Amino acid sequence: MSIKVLIPTPLRPYAGKQSVIEVNAQTVGEALSGLVTKHPDLRKHLFSEDGKLRSFVNVYLNDEDIRYLSKDATPVKETDTITIVPSVAGGR
Amino acid sequence: MALRIPVQLYEQLRKHGEATYPHECCGVLVGEFDESDGKLVRRVVPCGNTRTDSLANRYHISPSELVRIQREAMLAGRDIVGFYHSHPDHPARWSVTDLAEAHWTGCSYVITSVEKGRAVLTNSFLLLGQEEAKHFEDELLEVIEH
Repeated sequence: MSIKVLIPTPLRPYAGKQSVIEVNAQTVGEALSGLVTKHPDLRKHLFSEDGKLRSFVNVYLNDEDIRYLSKDATPVKETDTITIVPSVAGGR
Repeated sequence: MALRIPVQLYEQLRKHGEATYPHECCGVLVGEFDESDGKLVRRVVPCGNTRTDSLANRYHISPSELVRIQREAMLAGRDIVGFYHSHPDHPARWSVTDLAEAHWTGCSYVITSVEKGRAVLTNSFLLLGQEEAKHFEDELLEVIEH
């Protein structure tokens, strides 16, 4: 099924400058895989060399962090939205 | 290239730092990117600081808040253009930790020094480069009427 993936500002240069990309997928993992297949330049910004999501990349299915769902195996529905948000932190 | 911010929003983010002193405040800047790579802030969104273990010198915005803010911004035809936080009794300049934990390239990171509870200086820094070679550049912060 076709679902939307929201792309944050820092990743748009590698996603054809788009803020929303539609992919066909049954799971979050398939959606992310479809995303980097469509836009290969995104791969190294989302995944480390071992194929895992980079530690500062948070992926949400609607309002839930996929780390607390079934991670890549989390199933998706037509009305779902995946949002990618890099972490925001720091301090003096 | 500049970060333009209406005076009432500029004062809002500075007052947030005063309100949370001696702890760091944090929040999101929502607005628009313009053709000349500048940014205009339309809304300042105060956030909770999840670093309750180290509030005086660390901040972290919950990703779930970021998701909500991003979604609301997009529905309003706007975007996340940057973030702000405060440095209690410390200069308004980015630290090694600020850079290490910054990942929104192309966005502004605004820092306010708050000394003895009063906001002093507010500076903006633009995050550039890919993760392995990222760096901050000083950015012109232009306070506008509205």
